[in-house]
Amino acid sequence: MAPFALYVLLFLALPTGIALGTGFLDGDGALTLDNLAALGDPFVVSGLLTSVQLSAVTAVVGAVLGALVCYALLGLRPEGPVRSVIDAASGVLAQFGGVMLAFAFVATIGIQGVITVLLRDRLGIDIFADGVWLYEAPGLVLPYIYFQVPLMVIIFMPALEALKPQWAEASATLGGTTATFWWRIGLPVLAPSFLGSLLLLFANAFSSYATAAALTSQGQAILPLQIRAALTSETLLGRENLAGALALAMILVMAVVMLLYGLLQRRASRWQR
Amino acid sequence: MSGMPGAGIPVPSRRARWTILGLVGAVFAIPLVAMLEFTLRRGLEGGYDLSRWAAVLTGSLGPEYRVLGTAIGNSLVLAAATVAIVLVLLVPTMIVVHLRLPRLRPVLEFVCLLPISIPAIVLVVGLAPVYGVIARAAGSGVWSLAFAYGILVLPFAYRAVQSNLDAVDVATLTEAARSLGASWPVVIARVLLPNLRPGLLAGAFITVAVVLGEFTIASLLNRQNLQTALVIVQKDDPFIAVIVALLALFLALALLLVIGRLGRIRSGRTP
Repeated sequence: MAPFALYVLLFLALPTGIALGTGFLDGDGALTLDNLAALGDPFVVSGLLTSVQLSAVTAVVGAVLGALVCYALLGLRPEGPVRSVIDAASGVLAQFGGVMLAFAFVATIGIQGVITVLLRDRLGIDIFADGVWLYEAPGLVLPYIYFQVPLMVIIFMPALEALKPQWAEASATLGGTTATFWWRIGLPVLAPSFLGSLLLLFANAFSSYATAAALTSQGQAILPLQIRAALTSETLLGRENLAGALALAMILVMAVVMLLYGLLQRRASRWQR
Repeated sequence: MSGMPGAGIPVPSRRARWTILGLVGAVFAIPLVAMLEFTLRRGLEGGYDLSRWAAVLTGSLGPEYRVLGTAIGNSLVLAAATVAIVLVLLVPTMIVVHLRLPRLRPVLEFVCLLPISIPAIVLVVGLAPVYGVIARAAGSGVWSLAFAYGILVLPFAYRAVQSNLDAVDVATLTEAARSLGASWPVVIARVLLPNLRPGLLAGAFITVAVVLGEFTIASLLNRQNLQTALVIVQKDDPFIAVIVALLALFLALALLLVIGRLGRIRSGRTP
């Protein structure tokens, strides 16, 4: 007990505390609100907005596609070969892709990527006619969707499997069709779980760093990359300890998202007893 | 392929099922196939060959790739050290809380799931000064990263072990063993560990997979691991980096397939 508590204190509580606390300190360690004022800087605001947009877009697309895959998996035996492979593949792509996903998309839609070359040579379409966007914020959309869909499959499938067959039977006995079942029972019951999963996907994209860092070695388009810049260069926007202020902003967004998630989860669990 | 017995949840028709899975599967296969095609390309003259794969698999790469070997070694050391942290610090705490202090369970669960809502990039801002102190006290060896990784894997390891603890009636088993005169070390070695083996193995495998894929913390604390080395190698020779990335992806896939099997063995045994 005690060793674990000490460990968590040293490597979870302390770093989190430092990360949030340094935002309030200036270079000499005196208290200041100066760094927080920097959060109003157009550079930081645009990073935050881009992060939120990127996370929102990829969360919505990922949630819809992922839910569709979950629906397609409904009725397959959970122990069967198809489910086993899809479960494992989802785990790999959702959680351990990071840097590899950046490589995958460079090989696919990079300047010499397979799809880029195919479209250019066969169809005469130059996807980079307006400049190479793969290494900027728009280039992150496809790789992010690529890890959002599998994550949705992992977290939404249990909710879909928790639908009770009795509800379908009751609906059928009362003369309901398949469409009635989904429209009147399935969708309303699943709605909180779906929205909750959507929020988790948002949080996942918002906090992810590896893919963006591997794709863009210089860019500072999204908040995590701005933290990198603040950490690796002495001063960003002429302020020390800006990383702490940026970390604080990230944690605030994450806290709101996870709070909403908790509320939705409580609502969803009503139907999962 | 049959639906659920009787009038269950309306399942998709075969055609709908395979259309959706086929389309999504095909789109998701494109980047992987593209990676493979990329690694087989032959320089400027065009065409394909296996020379790069042969070079990687036989280990006959030039000295400039030594960084990759060191990095893989580092990642393996970190994986082992992180598994040790999970087994030595987390698992005993979970067992004690489960058996003796059930009222603390919500607290433990909250702490273990907390890292999900703290992005690694935020954690690293606070870890930098902490590691500054560690480096002064114990040197800047790569192994010390395992302490940070132990935090990253908490949610995964906790879930794997907890679902095993919930599925087996640990309390009754322990009481039975104790009332038959077994000492605590015997209870742990001959009752708890055998019953918790699937959960512990699953927790260990998922820990290995997370550690092998970790980039954020290593990169920003200037330590070398598999992922940071891949990014460096990719700048010189993207082909080799992509081959190693593909191999790592398949290794992770194999690990997760094994985890899936472990889960099934467990659910097959308990009613």
